[in-house]
Amino acid sequence: MSDNDNEDALEPATAVLPLDAWHRERGARMVEFAGYWMPVQYEGIIAEHSWTREHAGLFDVSHMGQLSVSGEGAAEALEALMPGDFSALGEGRVRYSLLLSENGGILDDLMVTNAGPHYALVVNGATKWDDIAHLREHLPDEITLTHHDEQALLALQGPEAAAALARIAPMAGDLRFMQAGLAIWDEVPLWIARTGYTGEDGFEISVPAEAAAKLADALVAMDEVRPAGLGARDSLRLEAGLPLYGHDLTEEIDPVSAGLAFAISKARRTEGGFPGADRILGLLADGAPTRRVGLALEGRMAAREGAEIFAGNESVGRVTSGGFSPTLGHPIAMGYVAAAHTEPGTALEIEMRGKRLPAKVTKMPFVPHRYHR
Amino acid sequence: MTRYFTEEHEWIAVEGETGTVGITDYAQGQLGDITFVELPEAGSEVKKADSVSVIDSVKAASDIYAPVSGTVSGVNPALEDEPEMVNSDAEGAGWLFKLTLSDSSELEGLMDADAYKSYVDGL
Repeated sequence: MSDNDNEDALEPATAVLPLDAWHRERGARMVEFAGYWMPVQYEGIIAEHSWTREHAGLFDVSHMGQLSVSGEGAAEALEALMPGDFSALGEGRVRYSLLLSENGGILDDLMVTNAGPHYALVVNGATKWDDIAHLREHLPDEITLTHHDEQALLALQGPEAAAALARIAPMAGDLRFMQAGLAIWDEVPLWIARTGYTGEDGFEISVPAEAAAKLADALVAMDEVRPAGLGARDSLRLEAGLPLYGHDLTEEIDPVSAGLAFAISKARRTEGGFPGADRILGLLADGAPTRRVGLALEGRMAAREGAEIFAGNESVGRVTSGGFSPTLGHPIAMGYVAAAHTEPGTALEIEMRGKRLPAKVTKMPFVPHRYHR
Repeated sequence: MTRYFTEEHEWIAVEGETGTVGITDYAQGQLGDITFVELPEAGSEVKKADSVSVIDSVKAASDIYAPVSGTVSGVNPALEDEPEMVNSDAEGAGWLFKLTLSDSSELEGLMDADAYKSYVDGL
């Protein structure tokens, strides 16, 4: 027995996050991910996946980078690096955005919140050091960038998340999807955003590292809440059609091909002024030659990252992530396919281990989002 | 019937010239929820350490190697509809395939149950 999947190159020393002991006490299997020891599962991926879809799963995502950007002109400074309209973003509002390279490639996908005195950014764990370097290089000197590595980040996701969290932070129940605010719980400041990566209603909670275990204990003590690991996080986000940076998104991929044109604010479509604007606005007008699509497979064999996609004998694309969908009971995948073959319902084949697996182009999300709008 | 184990976490239970092959309970626990088992074709000849089967879990795909050389004489038909049987009974009803051994001296290089247990305890 051996894993076929290549792990990403790891940093030589694997770092420990604030809840490391908490996970181990609860029987988590820990794996190295983005340079940290992270819990991949507790009782099992499918059980945690289903529990999150039906109740509420508690995920530790403290590996992600929590940054703040402040100073006179912070919104404009961010707009020079991303295609969002942050000047028009109201206080307590969250936007999904993209850090873009000069030619319009995606350096990272992230959440930007107008937190009042500053903009709060949550970036991917695997890319945070590159993001910080990129921001330091490109933000003007009068803008301050702070990395809040003293904060842990917990995600509480699922249809019962709101009822659970409101018991310790009543304001959470008043937030709508993509809104955020501050709660004080037992003298602990909790920065709560109604956001997530599962397609379910839920929250991401920034908490001082020293209070993270106390918060996690308080949440899993509730009947609705069970801990869930990275394994379930990945299968949930795949069902929700949400791309994973480093797999479905890379520096070689632009926002239009990725189906993320919604992250280019209306005002920015006419004004431009973000990195790669010429190329990206051209793709918006003319259509991208390849596009990210969802694929539903027949049978039970999963298609994995890197598998080639065929229309008859013609190679038309490649799978960027794939796996078994616990909710649907069959494998699903996402990948990039030549535009002519992206219409939902198009029959394609995916080559896995010398076999051709029938697959149909499917609208994403595979499992409907249930955000609290 | 004697049961042998490999460092890759396969087991083979041998009776005469026939061996039944599966993965160990430790292995199924490491793989997590199993969603598909790709089995070798009956009649195919396999060499010791060849990748002969693939197990898909929610997380990843894992190769299963032939513990010894031989000819595949049958596969577990129940796994087509119930691959999760490998999770629930890895060393019994969740067996993968049967082999007619071509060189039973290859068994000498494998571990017995006690040696395998010490091997896993050391992981």
